[in-house]
Amino acid sequence: MSALLTATGLVKRFRGLTAVDNVSFSVEEGEVFAIIGPNGAGKTTLFNLVAGVFAPDEGEVTFAGARIDGQAPEDICKAGVARTFQIVKPFPDLSVLDNVAIGAMLRTTHMADARAHADDILRKLDLHDRRSQKAGSLTLPDRKRLEVARALATRPRLILLDEVMAGLRPTETDRMVAVLRDINRTDRLTIVMIEHVMRAVMALATRVHVLHHGASIAEGAPDAVTRDENVVRSYLGSKAGAH
Amino acid sequence: MTTRGWVALSLAAAALVAAPFVVDRYLLSILLLCLIGAYLGQAWNILMGFCGLLSLGHALYLGLGAYTGAILFVKFGVGPWLGVFAAMAVAVAAASALGWLGFRFRIEGVYFSLLTIAFAEVARIGFDNWSFAGGAAGFFLPVASEAQAQWFNLRGGPYFFYYLALALAAGALALSAFLRASKLGHAWLAVREDPAAARALGVNATRVRFFALFISSAMTAVGGVYLAFWSNNLFPAQIFDMSRSIDLILAPIVGGVGTLFGPIVGAFLLVPLGEALIDILRALGLNAPGAKALVYGALLMIIIAATPNGLWPWIARKLKLEGRGA
Ligand SMILES: Nc1ncnc2c1ncn2[C@@H]1O[C@H](COP(=O)(O)OP(=O)(O)OP(=O)(O)O)[C@@H](O)[C@H]1O
Ligand SMILES: [Mg+2]
Repeated sequence: MSALLTATGLVKRFRGLTAVDNVSFSVEEGEVFAIIGPNGAGKTTLFNLVAGVFAPDEGEVTFAGARIDGQAPEDICKAGVARTFQIVKPFPDLSVLDNVAIGAMLRTTHMADARAHADDILRKLDLHDRRSQKAGSLTLPDRKRLEVARALATRPRLILLDEVMAGLRPTETDRMVAVLRDINRTDRLTIVMIEHVMRAVMALATRVHVLHHGASIAEGAPDAVTRDENVVRSYLGSKAGAH
Repeated sequence: MTTRGWVALSLAAAALVAAPFVVDRYLLSILLLCLIGAYLGQAWNILMGFCGLLSLGHALYLGLGAYTGAILFVKFGVGPWLGVFAAMAVAVAAASALGWLGFRFRIEGVYFSLLTIAFAEVARIGFDNWSFAGGAAGFFLPVASEAQAQWFNLRGGPYFFYYLALALAAGALALSAFLRASKLGHAWLAVREDPAAARALGVNATRVRFFALFISSAMTAVGGVYLAFWSNNLFPAQIFDMSRSIDLILAPIVGGVGTLFGPIVGAFLLVPLGEALIDILRALGLNAPGAKALVYGALLMIIIAATPNGLWPWIARKLKLEGRGA
């Protein structure tokens, strides 16, 4: 079986800074693939390369066997790759339901069907009782859930989650983990997640990829990676000290 | 909308249909201006209120529509019912050029607005110097007496033009409501709220912005044809003027940008206000040039400061005319 998503030799420079430095990885269908690393390691930039916000300076991205690097974000979404934003981007003046329905209308002919689909997803993410509230009035944890709901509504084959656990309380984290595990298992949705909350990473990930200063420093099963000397020194060690 | 909302809308519609039988010609002409203001405000609102693109140069489409309709009629004998399609085509062509420049080169926000002003100014200067279309001296349509009313050539009396304006305003409302509820309308709202998030959800921001630009400019051009045949004279310095563009957007801003009824409420407030001010200031003996503009401006500031989201959301809330989330 060939991989669903492959990144090969990705490089992205911002003027002097090489934010992503020759990164390669591949994700199998049905996997939960975590990307971890310290602040500024280039994780979000890597997502932006996959999701079409930037074209890579070097390297390529293939999804389901087709090149997608350099394509427009809307086309990559249509191809089946959805993403959430680390710095949440709700449509503040629209209702929570409309926010999600806009994601859902990508695959429906009528708004009514989009709303029905959005309704189901809002239930799944415990946002249903806030459906007619304006998205701008949601709390941060709810906005994070809305990000996930909206991305899911586009019926992706692969979802890129950028720190969706950040700001959630431990019980909320567990709930989100349960939701993600469920959509991964029952809908066979492939997940690539950037995550600082190691508790969520350990619970969900099949494999972990570690970035540091834009470069890959380790990849493997969660247990192995968290014991890796390099990883402990450059990321987990400092993180343990910080918390 | 709530039941109360529907009742209010029906009453307002009935009053407007009945008005010509009740009011005198002066009042009727003011109502006509309200309706045209409501129509043009709605056209602009589709672009700004729904899609988030601030045009400060809508006089461009108004003038192009007016001149296209008038020139075709006077010089080529093409009637306005046919000419209006040409007028829309010309406006859409201009909008395409503007959109291409703006979207292709990522001219966004306030720079996009400046671009719309630049386009309108270029058109004004062009028509000022285009002798075939009368140049700065203006372009005139033959004035027909009311007895020779020919509805098929948009020649008619005040009743004819009044009902035509009413049809335009009502049609624009129906179209706006339809679009707002459609997938395209939701894509517009998404792009207005956050273009990057919209694109990440599969919305082709450039394409839907073009659609908004096309629809808004074509509607405005229709208004231009109407104005040409109603007023019978066109001057580049008036129809393409910056002040025309500003005038056109005040009603939706005061009424509520992005709402369905805001542009209508705004027009029905501002047009009579402007007329009344002229009378009041004259009665007070204040004939100084600019006095009207000064008072008008001050009143606008008060209204906008009191209801920053527009009058309509406030009215709708007070009178319980709209349901939640409407
Ligand atoms: N659009 C941009 N323009 C210039 N520099 C950028 C841009 N986006 C990111 N960077 C820089 O690239 C580097 C990587 O940033 P990135 O956001 O990818 O890190 P990250 O791993 O997601 O960090 P965090 O954990 O804080 O979210 C940082 O030094 C950042 O300042
Ligand atoms: Mg990041």
